[in-house]
Parts: sequence; C-alpha cells; structure tokens
Amino acid sequence: MKILVCVKQVPDSWAEKKLSPAKVLDRESADAVLNDLDEYAVEEALRIVEANGGAEAGHTITLLSMGPERAQEALRKGLSMGADAALHIHDGALAGSDALSTSRVLAEAIKKEQPDLILTGTESTDARMSVIPSMISERLELPHLSFAGDVQVDISAGKVVTKRMTDEGVEAMEAPLPAIVTVIEKINEPRYPSFKGIMAAKKKPITQMSLADLGIAPNEVGTGGAWSEVKDFALAPARGAGVKVVDEGSAGSALVEFLAEKRLI
Amino acid sequence: MSKVFVFVDHTNGAVAKTASELLTLARSIGQAHAVIAGTSSDLDAAVPVLNKFGASSITLLESGEINNHPSSAIAIALADLAKSQGAKVILLPSTARGKEIAGRLAVRLESGIITDAIALTPELVSTQSVFGGSTLVHSQIVKGIPVITIRPNAIEPVEAAGSAAIEKVAVAAIITAKITSREPAVRGARPELSEANIIVSGGRGTDGNFAPIEELADALGGAVGASRAATDAGWYPHSHQVGQTGKTVSPALYVACGISGAIQHRAGMQTSKTIVVVNKDPEAPIFDIADFGVVGDLFAVAPQATAGIKARKG
Ligand SMILES: Cc1cc2nc3c(=O)[nH]c(=O)nc-3n(C[C@H](O)[C@H](O)[C@H](O)COP(=O)(O)OP(=O)(O)OC[C@H]3O[C@@H](n4cnc5c(N)ncnc54)[C@H](O)[C@@H]3O)c2cc1C
Ligand SMILES: Cc1cc2nc3c(=O)[nH]c(=O)nc-3n(C[C@H](O)[C@H](O)[C@H](O)COP(=O)(O)OP(=O)(O)OC[C@H]3O[C@@H](n4cnc5c(N)ncnc54)[C@H](O)[C@@H]3O)c2cc1C
Repeated sequence: MKILVCVKQVPDSWAEKKLSPAKVLDRESADAVLNDLDEYAVEEALRIVEANGGAEAGHTITLLSMGPERAQEALRKGLSMGADAALHIHDGALAGSDALSTSRVLAEAIKKEQPDLILTGTESTDARMSVIPSMISERLELPHLSFAGDVQVDISAGKVVTKRMTDEGVEAMEAPLPAIVTVIEKINEPRYPSFKGIMAAKKKPITQMSLADLGIAPNEVGTGGAWSEVKDFALAPARGAGVKVVDEGSAGSALVEFLAEKRLI
Repeated sequence: MSKVFVFVDHTNGAVAKTASELLTLARSIGQAHAVIAGTSSDLDAAVPVLNKFGASSITLLESGEINNHPSSAIAIALADLAKSQGAKVILLPSTARGKEIAGRLAVRLESGIITDAIALTPELVSTQSVFGGSTLVHSQIVKGIPVITIRPNAIEPVEAAGSAAIEKVAVAAIITAKITSREPAVRGARPELSEANIIVSGGRGTDGNFAPIEELADALGGAVGASRAATDAGWYPHSHQVGQTGKTVSPALYVACGISGAIQHRAGMQTSKTIVVVNKDPEAPIFDIADFGVVGDLFAVAPQATAGIKARKG
C-alpha cells in the first residue's frame, strides 16, 4: 500500500503573522514549521503502516508539499518522524496561489503518484481555510472521509473505515480505496523524531517537481492566475485598553454593572 | 434583480441561525434565494423562518438521502442549480459543513472562493479577519460565480417578512463515501457554541470544576467554552474547545475564566465584540484584550456575578 500525506509549511503558530507589501503572507518574518495539524496525519500514516505489517509488507509513506524552498524543512521533519520519501512542488510561479490553484497542483501530483490512501490535516494554521482536501476530492472524484478521529484500513477488502467526529456526533464511514482521509487532532499523539530518525531523514530523498512536470502553465497559478484578488489590508484597530479591577470582594457585582451598562443582560 | 444564493443549514427542518444571518446579508446585495437540501417535511418546517428573514424564493434539493452524505452530493446539486439559474454569488455558513460544500462548489463551478468573511459589500468586496484577528483583508473574487462563506455571528439578523415562491428539484444522491452508522451528539439545553451570542469559557484555572462556568453561562443564557488545557485534561468535551484547533467564535460577549490567553486560544475568540476576563494573575496576557478584566479568583467572582445577574432578572 502506498500512502501519501499532504503537509504544508506554515509560520510557527507562536509567532505573530503579518502580510507583506505584496499582499501575501510574509513567510520570511517568522520561523517556518510543519503545520501542527499535519503532524497528526503523518503520525496516523505511520500507525497504519505499523498495524498492517510495517515497511517489510511493502507499505510506503510519501509526503507531498507545495511551497517555497523552506518547505523542505517541514518535509525533513515528517521524514524524521519516519516517512520514507517526499515530493516537493516548488516553482517561482506558484507564489500567491489561491485555493483553486493549490488544490489543482496537489491533485495533479497525486494523479502522478497514484497512492492508495491520501491523508491530510484538517486545516492549516496560517490561512485556516479548511477546504483543500475536499477540493482535491472533487477534482479527482475520490471519496473524502473528513474529520476522522479513527482510521482503519482493510487492505484485502480494499477499503478504509473511519469514525467521523463532529459536533453533530460520531458517524461510522467507509469508502473504497483510493480515498482521501482528513484527520482531526484527537486521533493520536504525534511522536517526536528520535535522534536516529533525524539522522536517517538526512539521507531520505526529497524529489523536486516543477509546474512543467505537472503539465500546468505558469500563468494559470500564482498571484496572476488567482481567482480572487486581495484589494488591500490593514491592521485591525487595537482593542482599546479596558477596565481592570482587582477583586476585593465585590468585583463580581462590578462585572454585573458593566454587563448591564453594555446591555448584555 | 440578481439572485443571491443562500445555502440553508438545518437539522430535520430546524433552520440554523446562520441562515437568518445569510438571508439578511443576501438582501443587501440582491434577491435572497434560499437553497435547502432534504425532504418535503424539512422544507415545511423551514419555510416560516425563511419567509421571516425575507427569502424571495426557495429551492428544495429534494432527496431523502442527501443529508446522509457529508457534502459531495449537495455540492453537485447546488452547482447545477447555480448555473441554470444564473446565481450572482453563493453564500454559505463558515462551518465545517459549509466549508466542505463551498470547496467542492468552487471546483465544480471553476469559481473563486473566499472563506470566513465577516462582511460583504453589494459590489462583493469581502472582509476577512485573519491571523487571530490582528489583520483585516479586503478581497474580491475575479472569476466565476463567487463562493463565499460567512463567519457565524458576523451579521446581525434583521427580519423582513415575505412570502417566497417555492420550487422542488429532485436530486440523486451520488454517494462515494457512505455513513454506515450514526451516534448523534447529546444536545444540552445551551446554545450551540459557534452560534452563541454569549460564551463563558473555563481554562486550567477551573482545576476541573466547571460548575461556576456553567452556572454563569446559564444565568447569561450562553454557551460554555473551554481552553485546550481544559479539554486535554478531559474536564470538558473537545467540541467545546475555542481556539486555533477548536472553534473560532465571535459572540457579543466572551467571558474567559482561568484562561491565560495563549496566542492559540486568542486566535479563536479575539474578534468577540466584548471580552471579559477573570484571572488570578494580573500579568496574564489575556488582560491585553479585555474590555473588563477582574484580577481575582474565579471561584469567588463568577458565583457573585451569577447571583447578581439572577437578582436583576428577578
Ligand atoms: C490569511 C490568508 C487568507 C487566505 N484566504 C484565501 C481565500 O479566501 N481564498 C483563497 O482561494 N485563498 C486564500 N488564501 C490562499 C490559501 O492560503 C492558499 O491557497 C492555501 O494553499 C490553501 O489554503 P489553506 O492553507 O487554508 O489550506 P487548508 O484547506 O486549511 O489545509 C488543509 C490541509 O490541506 C493540506 N494542504 C494545504 N495546503 C497544502 C500545501 N501547500 N501542500 C501540501 N498540503 C497542503 C494539508 O494537509 C492541510 O492540513 C489565503 C491565504 C492567507 C495567508
Ligand atoms: C498547535 C497548537 C494548537 C493549540 N490550539 C489551542 C486551541 O485551539 N485552544 C486553546 O485554548 N489552546 C490551544 N493551544 C494551547 C495553548 O497554547 C495553551 O496551552 C492553552 O490555551 C492554555 O490553556 P489555559 O489558558 O486554560 O491554561 P494556562 O495557560 O495554564 O492558564 C491558566 C490560567 O488560569 C489562571 N488561574 C488559575 N487558577 C485560577 C483561579 N482560581 N481563578 C482565576 N484564574 C485562575 C492562571 O493565572 C492562568 O493564567 C494550542 C497549542 C498548540 C501548540
């Protein structure tokens, strides 16, 4: 079985993020890391392989990322957790790509790779759109099992069974392979790369792919090919300094007065 | 006038609050056209609410099966309808389900998509509040039928009585991933977190005792939220987590009790209209965004506030 995991490189979630004068995310101003939520997808891939006879049984895990040069750092992290290989789609023309372009590029790469199972995170911590997996599913006409809090692969039956966990409750779902599964962060506890894993990752292959390799014209993606246009942006007005009281026995009542003044009660 | 499509989310015909918000917004742009997927009885239950919020017309995508699939069948039917009726724009709620459908629609219609908008002008310029509320972005879709998801609670619903023309379109539910069984979540009496007007949240400072949080929420008629420290400890269900890996909320009032205000928590609540904080530590970063902050013990302050609110209500 060939598992492909989509991972995105994002600014560290502890860092302040800002837009650059070119109206795109200023990716140089913050440390770049593997999207926290994608670590769960990498971990789940490792667990699926382990539960099905391991690498000896011929299962492989490939990471796929579209992003700038630095996306390699995120890929190395995934490799050091235990993935076997990585594909890095990197092309100057991709800068400023929107969700339409991103999903198209990733879908084309997936088509080339022909995995049996595609795992993704639920959302990126930078743009937070939470749409790329369903867009890939729509493009490739593959079943999408979203919000998976549990994933079981039945290789002999050629199907994947998940528990979809949302506010509405828990739904048992199944679909034939190949399929796309989006995992939630409750699914597992991602492992820390071991020293051995980090050393091994240095030797694992990261294959570079350009738009030409995927048969996509440069003017169809990036800022120029985008379906949407950022007109302008501004820092949100800072919240005015509020009232701060130290409780000396009556702050609860002062709070009620404040709420009443604001007509919140 | 051009048709502004509104995707109506509902549970067995009980219309989600987001529909009233989207219909209100749609009326400021053109004619509000409500689209609802489900059965005739779902439609019957929904019509009075859709009329109350000024829908000019309603289409039922009729299928007993359609809601058994999370999103693809609805997206196919909705895309066909938008094309045949010449929709000017399609509005959906920025919820898990709304976004799944929106992503698929954008692909099928080869249209641009904007998610989590908090405002939209009649010229279809949207405002997004990004990076945890620190930056406002104005953007516009330049190709296709714009697909835009609107953050719950961003628009104040305004009634406008009407009587919508109704049509029913039978649709096939094309199912690729199937649901084999279902355990619906037990719904308490409190409002749904992402829709709630008032939220009272507890963090590690509760030390596992959410009673004062729940009592204050109930006195205010609000929902209960939690920080990740509280959900990770198993003190409160994950579905109540607010923040980067939980819900993004923007209620009229957010009360944070025993929560320090880590950047990942703020990312989910910073756009709340009024923020109240109760925390023992005067240096806690959450005070930076508080409109009203109390340096104190939540176990003393919250019950006193609850009692005060109850006394006022009589
Ligand atoms: C603040 C901000 C707002 C934006 N708003 C919009 C908008 O409204 N409309 C629009 O079209 N574009 C928008 N963009 C551009 C958008 O971020 C990119 O197109 C992005 O690639 C897709 O969205 P996402 O990161 O939100 O992914 P999500 O849909 O949140 O990601 C879900 C999962 O998909 C996978 N994935 C996502 N991106 C990649 C990747 N590059 N490589 C590998 N796997 C990936 C990961 O597994 C991830 O966990 C915005 C960008 C920013 C910074
Ligand atoms: C990738 C990632 C994603 C994350 N996503 C989220 C998310 O979605 N949501 C989220 O909340 N966090 C998230 N976090 C975690 C976040 O970084 C913080 O660890 C978390 O928010 C802390 O929760 P807390 O404020 O309840 O706990 P703490 O930071 O421990 O704060 C507890 C506060 O309670 C106060 N306190 C203690 N006792 C009392 C008392 N009796 N009365 C009043 N005050 C008291 C203390 O002074 C302190 O300020 C995420 C982290 C990462 C790395």
